[in-house]
Amino acid sequence: MRVYLDNNATTIVDPHVKAEMDPFFVEKYGNPNSLHAFAGETHGPLKTAMEKIYAGIHAPKEDSVVITSCATESNNWVLKSVYFEYILTGRKNHIIVSEVEHPSVIATAKFIESQGCRVTYLPINSEGMIDPQSVRDNITNKTALVSVMWVNNETGAIFPVQEIGAICEEHKVLFHTDAVQAIGKIPVDVQSFNVDYLTFSAHKFHGPKGVGGLYMKKGKELMPLLHGGAQMGGLRSGTLNVAGIIGMGKAMEQAVDALDYEMTEIREMRDQFEDQLLEIKDTFVITPRAKRTPNTILISFRGIEGEAMLWDLNQAGIAASTGSACASEDLESNPVMEAIGADADLAHTAIRFSLSRYTTQDEMDYTIDIVRKAVERLRAISSSYAYAPAGHKSGLAAH
Amino acid sequence: MGMDSLIGGTIWDEYSQKVTELMNNPKNMGEITQEQAEEMGTKLIVADFGAESCGDAVRLYWAVDPKDDRIVEAKFKSFGCGTAIASSDTMVELCKGKTVDEAVKITNIDVEKAMRDTPDVPAVPPQKMHCSVMAYDVIKKAAAQYKGVDMNSFETEFIVCECARVSLSTLKEVIRLNDLTTVEQITDYTKAGAFCKSCIKPGGHEAKDIYLVDLIEEYKKEKMTQTANTIASGGPVDFAQMTIVQKLKAVDKIIDDNIRQMLIMDGGDMEILDIKENGGYFDIYIRYLGACSGCASSSTGTLYAIENILRQKLDENIRVLPL
Repeated sequence: MRVYLDNNATTIVDPHVKAEMDPFFVEKYGNPNSLHAFAGETHGPLKTAMEKIYAGIHAPKEDSVVITSCATESNNWVLKSVYFEYILTGRKNHIIVSEVEHPSVIATAKFIESQGCRVTYLPINSEGMIDPQSVRDNITNKTALVSVMWVNNETGAIFPVQEIGAICEEHKVLFHTDAVQAIGKIPVDVQSFNVDYLTFSAHKFHGPKGVGGLYMKKGKELMPLLHGGAQMGGLRSGTLNVAGIIGMGKAMEQAVDALDYEMTEIREMRDQFEDQLLEIKDTFVITPRAKRTPNTILISFRGIEGEAMLWDLNQAGIAASTGSACASEDLESNPVMEAIGADADLAHTAIRFSLSRYTTQDEMDYTIDIVRKAVERLRAISSSYAYAPAGHKSGLAAH
Repeated sequence: MGMDSLIGGTIWDEYSQKVTELMNNPKNMGEITQEQAEEMGTKLIVADFGAESCGDAVRLYWAVDPKDDRIVEAKFKSFGCGTAIASSDTMVELCKGKTVDEAVKITNIDVEKAMRDTPDVPAVPPQKMHCSVMAYDVIKKAAAQYKGVDMNSFETEFIVCECARVSLSTLKEVIRLNDLTTVEQITDYTKAGAFCKSCIKPGGHEAKDIYLVDLIEEYKKEKMTQTANTIASGGPVDFAQMTIVQKLKAVDKIIDDNIRQMLIMDGGDMEILDIKENGGYFDIYIRYLGACSGCASSSTGTLYAIENILRQKLDENIRVLPL
């Protein structure tokens, strides 16, 4: 049995999405910017797709939802253009981000920091949450931008973007939120609170890879990151990814339609699975359930290194993830685990399970069975649960 | 970069079949209790290395026969990823039947080689080499405990890169002999820094006392001092290796010793304005002062004399350009 529980990394493309995209490879392959019928036949479907994307995030027509290649591009765009327009010109000297942003925000923040911008990295508390007060405490009259993700990819924690947005409005500071993990999991409405920029990516909600978006409020349009043929109203050049945009439109429509299912059925499946996981002794879940998206669990199994757990799951055909230790190329511990100040012994033990509307109860039943077996096997190997003679000092010194 | 670096593979794809098998079924996993050790007439040694907070930890059990220091039985427990478990298992296999003195000679490289499927294909990807180092360290810890000595006493050399086991003295020698100025060059010559990369610069998986960047920095300083000393003692120096200040001083000294006296006698002088590297040449910009500035010979005979002496004494690629 193959079970995919790594939906915060990427998702299966919905067959309906693929079906909508299919005609735009071989039959209708025109460049929308050309002057002939090959171009013309793409315009209608593109317009429909854009309407679905606007509707998906409740963006009013006068605002811009610019299609990009991915969330990384969208996030880079916001930070770098703010740097060019506000920091480099000397009007402002400071931005605020959370310390658990996606690398496309953190690494870009570090880059503009190296260019002379002051950057505040907001800490998260032991529940993995951001305190809006910390935003207020760090804003100065030289702050150009606050960028805080809507939902954390590791824990599923839903950050208080409405309150943060209000604080930014009060201080006339631009507010960006990376909503990559929010679309299709919780309602997203850019008119319900103050937000200037919002990032999303199709492949996180059953759309294709290689297409994302950046919402920009009217009057807050950023200078382009990509210059060229002036597509997307000159905001983002590059030949339109016709099939990608059409796929994202369909995926957005379905994500919104499936929201109820996600928030009831998937949540219930997740909760039940989580209860079963917590029955295993020495397990710890990060962030209270009520403060998380319905599909995500970040859980620590004491005494089991994360990659070893992934290994056993993978041997049984189950895909999960860990941002910790040996699993990543750079051998670092999970940044969220470090940030919440978890017991140091647990920093390398976190496993993330992320469900989707394609997850079935059979898959969850199979998975809990495999997890139990893996925990038993790996704890039998683990030095944390090993025999030590009387008087033996563990002496597990840092190395 | 290059094609292979552009789209990463899964590190698991690079594990040997043996590593995979040992991860799934470690042979020597388990523990030895005090009672079991006594039954065998042996001394129980339990040694720990690493820490869960660092991502990997291992506990090694030895039952050692006190009569001949032989390791009669050995077991391990490990908190770590697949390669940490497989490395620990292999290490224990290699220990069994050896005397404590023989076991101490087992290195992480022996452990890694023992896990290969074919002799010339590494058993683990570079970033996982680190796991075998822990297996090596815990042997030293156990041996130290058995002998009642400090574990550092088994290390005769200071090791900078533990994954490739490259010592400080080897690195210093290779850097000097080959005039290495970058970390990439060191890695090419010695393999140091090719694996877990902790020894390259601060901020890696492990904190180190000495990093490769420190050695490069030290060598650069050493070279600079050496050049300065040679200039001071009037010895032969490679002009190209000099810092800009040293070049200026060297040129000035040659002019002082050989040219200036002659110019002053004619009521003139000269000064050096700049030295620039230009496509393999060293262009020395000068300005004549006093009587020299209008003299016809200043752009012919005198200029050639200055240029010749500098080429002879310093570098044949010197060009003198009067402004």
